[in-house]
Amino acid sequence: MKWLSNIFMKRSNWSIPYFIFLLIFVVLPLVLIFLYAFQDADGNFTLKNFSKFISNPEAANTFVYSIGVAIVTTVLCILLGYPAAYILSNSELCRSKVTVVLFILPMWINILVRTLATVALFDFMRLPLGEGALIFGMVYNFLPFMIYPIYNTMQKMDHSYIEAAQDLGASPMKVFTKVVAPLSMPGVMSGVMMVFMPTISTFAIAELLTMNNIKLFGTTIQENINNGMWNYGAALSLIMLVIIFATNLFSDDEDQAANEGII
Amino acid sequence: MSDSNFIIELSNISKSFGDKTVLDDVSLYVKKGEFVTILGPSGCGKTTLLRILAGFGSADEGEIKIGGVDITEVPPHERPINTVFQRYALFPHLNVYDNIAFGLKLKKVKDDEIEARVRRALKMVGMTDYEWRDVNSLSGGQQQRVAIARAIINRPQVLLLDEPLAALDLKMRKDMQMELKEMHKTLGITFVYVTHDQEEALTLSDTIVVMSEGKVQQIGTPIDIYNEPVNSFVADFIGESNILNGTMIQDKLVRFMGRDFECVDAGFGENAPVDVVIRPEDVYIMSYTDSGMFEGVVQSCIFKGVHYEMLVNTPDGYEVMIQDYNAFEVGQKVSMIIKPSDIHVMKKERTTNTFEGKMVDATHVEIMGAEFVCAEQQGFEGGEQVMVEVDFDKIDLMDNKEDGTMMGDVRFILYKGDHYHLTIRTEGGDNLYVDTHDVWDDRDIVGIKIQPEDIRIKRA
Amino acid sequence: MKKFFAQAYLWLLLAMLYAPILIIAIFSFTEAKVLGNWTGFSTKLYTSLFSGGVHHSLLHAIENTFIIAIVSAVIATMLGSVAAIGIFNLRNRKKMIMNTLNNIPMLNPDIITGISLFLLFVSLGITQGYATVILAHVTFCTPYVVLCVIPRLQQMNPNIYEAALDLGATPWQALRKVLIPEIKPGMISGFILSFTLSIDDFAVTIFTIGTGGLETLSTYIYADARKGGLTPELRPLSTIIFVTVLVLLIIINIRSQRTQKLKEAK
Repeated sequence: MKWLSNIFMKRSNWSIPYFIFLLIFVVLPLVLIFLYAFQDADGNFTLKNFSKFISNPEAANTFVYSIGVAIVTTVLCILLGYPAAYILSNSELCRSKVTVVLFILPMWINILVRTLATVALFDFMRLPLGEGALIFGMVYNFLPFMIYPIYNTMQKMDHSYIEAAQDLGASPMKVFTKVVAPLSMPGVMSGVMMVFMPTISTFAIAELLTMNNIKLFGTTIQENINNGMWNYGAALSLIMLVIIFATNLFSDDEDQAANEGII
Repeated sequence: MSDSNFIIELSNISKSFGDKTVLDDVSLYVKKGEFVTILGPSGCGKTTLLRILAGFGSADEGEIKIGGVDITEVPPHERPINTVFQRYALFPHLNVYDNIAFGLKLKKVKDDEIEARVRRALKMVGMTDYEWRDVNSLSGGQQQRVAIARAIINRPQVLLLDEPLAALDLKMRKDMQMELKEMHKTLGITFVYVTHDQEEALTLSDTIVVMSEGKVQQIGTPIDIYNEPVNSFVADFIGESNILNGTMIQDKLVRFMGRDFECVDAGFGENAPVDVVIRPEDVYIMSYTDSGMFEGVVQSCIFKGVHYEMLVNTPDGYEVMIQDYNAFEVGQKVSMIIKPSDIHVMKKERTTNTFEGKMVDATHVEIMGAEFVCAEQQGFEGGEQVMVEVDFDKIDLMDNKEDGTMMGDVRFILYKGDHYHLTIRTEGGDNLYVDTHDVWDDRDIVGIKIQPEDIRIKRA
Repeated sequence: MKKFFAQAYLWLLLAMLYAPILIIAIFSFTEAKVLGNWTGFSTKLYTSLFSGGVHHSLLHAIENTFIIAIVSAVIATMLGSVAAIGIFNLRNRKKMIMNTLNNIPMLNPDIITGISLFLLFVSLGITQGYATVILAHVTFCTPYVVLCVIPRLQQMNPNIYEAALDLGATPWQALRKVLIPEIKPGMISGFILSFTLSIDDFAVTIFTIGTGGLETLSTYIYADARKGGLTPELRPLSTIIFVTVLVLLIIINIRSQRTQKLKEAK
């Protein structure tokens, strides 16, 4: 036991247990997705899983449609969320911190409960479930995730930048376009990440909001895994990973600051 | 007053945040081309005053004119003023060139003119060839230069500088001081400079405005302020000084440290209580002789680079700080001389604490929002308004705030040679002045107690 | 005027965000099986939720959800706090590697985390159930604990741990008496965050819960909703969850605002 306590004398070694944990439960599983994606059911190397995806119009269409839904949702969230975040962070327009809490609050409610509530709303208003409900539900579910990072960046923005711009002769409009807007871009980028990624990968929400009439890519993956088509499912997951990696490249490392202090 | 002689006219500016008064009837008139420094300890209201001038804050009362034009209601972007901010506030999303060109681009100045002017501004601050650098990659001193270039390129009538050198290290600060002074000369723009560093103020300014507790204490040239401080606050804040209690016996004769001294001041009346200021370099010290004006024993002697700083105790129990090129040994008996012209006499702002109060009953009086026990009073009714006086040395300060009748914190400490004169800010925001031999630190929280027989009550 | 429009916009958005929840809350006070039918005011759904009149499996699901959330949050907080101390003391490349690894579970969409862990468990031949769900939840919760604790370490005076050692504390004592009290606020927010993340989770749970009949609230609601109907008792349950979260968040916020004001006053 002496050698063990010696190892932990050095505080940097305290990261070792978590390192091992991460290897087993994060790195290894991702490697497995990769391996499964290039194997057939018997464990031989194959590219069949990918060619099946490309040649199967239904899967490919679902894929394109999902990206479309994700883009529409993200754009709507920016259009609705940016003004809200701006108002919330402006102490002249909104003094109450409670309003901010009200906007963040839905983030803490189970996503399925929220989705069912949307279904209930559409039922109540006698509106048909379908594409409209899907987009509304997505925006409703993810809007807070857009507002919060933008609000946070604006909130943390050093007020002296705004004063400096005024001092140099910028009218309120110019202050916004020349200083506030560019400086809030990191918040928008991380909002995009927080909305685009979950929208493209959800599965249950679409199912419930459209009575299973519209399929998203996430649903396809889930169905394949559930039906025992692990290799094909893994291949589809890998494709999604690539998409997400690509969107990640668009945002900088700086964005992380925008999400600090989410509670 | 609104003679166009003055470029800046601040008249009767007052400002409070909640119930805290930050600026109390401040007036300031600045001549064109002057280098004015607003000097004061942190929290004295100097930054608030600057922000009101720039337009980032509004005054509750008062009027601001620039070049004879009333700009009290003008938003900051339309004022002919530019600011160099405390932490520079360079836009992080723009490079050096775009930061400096910001103001000109807003005014839609032609591109080639912008380019020429940016280059000139960069040359002026010694940053040629830095146009395309990312501002985050610059050192503090370089960011400072860009911030100055960004402000002066707009050719403002007035340049405001809010503690611009505070974030720099000592050497850098000294260099920048010289450059600022040089820049002021070349540009001919009026500079208003805010700092808490008295040395910086003395070095740079044509005029110094000393502020404390939201009020202007003194306005004058550096030499005036140093040689003729109007009160003990200014004397203590600017440079080192010995501040002592004294009595003006008659014109040109003042008594302090237990003996009479000739001086040059007059007009205080006879036997008037005064504060006496003597700069440590104005006390001549020599080995003990009969020809000295007074004598003492050296308590400590520290080498300060150019001179020695000594503390000398007199037989009457006073401590005098002396600066001299010659060192004297600790324990050595020495004699001292002060020239009449080096004794600076100031009228005492107050000789006792006075409050408005209210009788509660015959043995209780309410002052500063608390109830104190007093000696039994005759002829006062409960609820009657009265004037209450308490001498400085009759107030007890306690370590535990619970032990006092009320509490407060130490705001200003003045060493008077043989005791400390403290300003205590009570919970209710009243100032209480206390003479004590105990050592307290700035912002110490204390309990305040007054013996019943030391409370003097007069009819209002 | 500008302020009026701004406020109106905010309240319009809030109305949109809260309309669905409000409808559920209103219809939790009627007995109708189908949502949208109002059959008169009644608190029967609330009483049947608490008196066990509901289907037995819903109560089980609630119980499971809480057990899983508490166990995963405790493990994640311990693992994450120790890891944070370790990572904070790492240098350069090693630190960067750990930070990157720590970010992966947060950047990964839930479905990928779920499927990858599912593949891990089936390849290792582990039967899925309580243990696998908890392991999965620890996987996605721990990074958040690390992120909550590291800022506390950065704010901490780096010398206080050494000061404790200097004064004769063993590393273990220094940890207990100096380090942990310093990072405690971070650990607490990490714990709360993990707990709520675990309760809310659906996507990871569904892939790691197995087929042994174990259910959490999320999977129960999902299965229920797929069958076409929504168990009426879910309405009062959602309402209660919503109101609890609302009250908690508002209390936390008012408290933090008050401490901030106190700080400013000083």
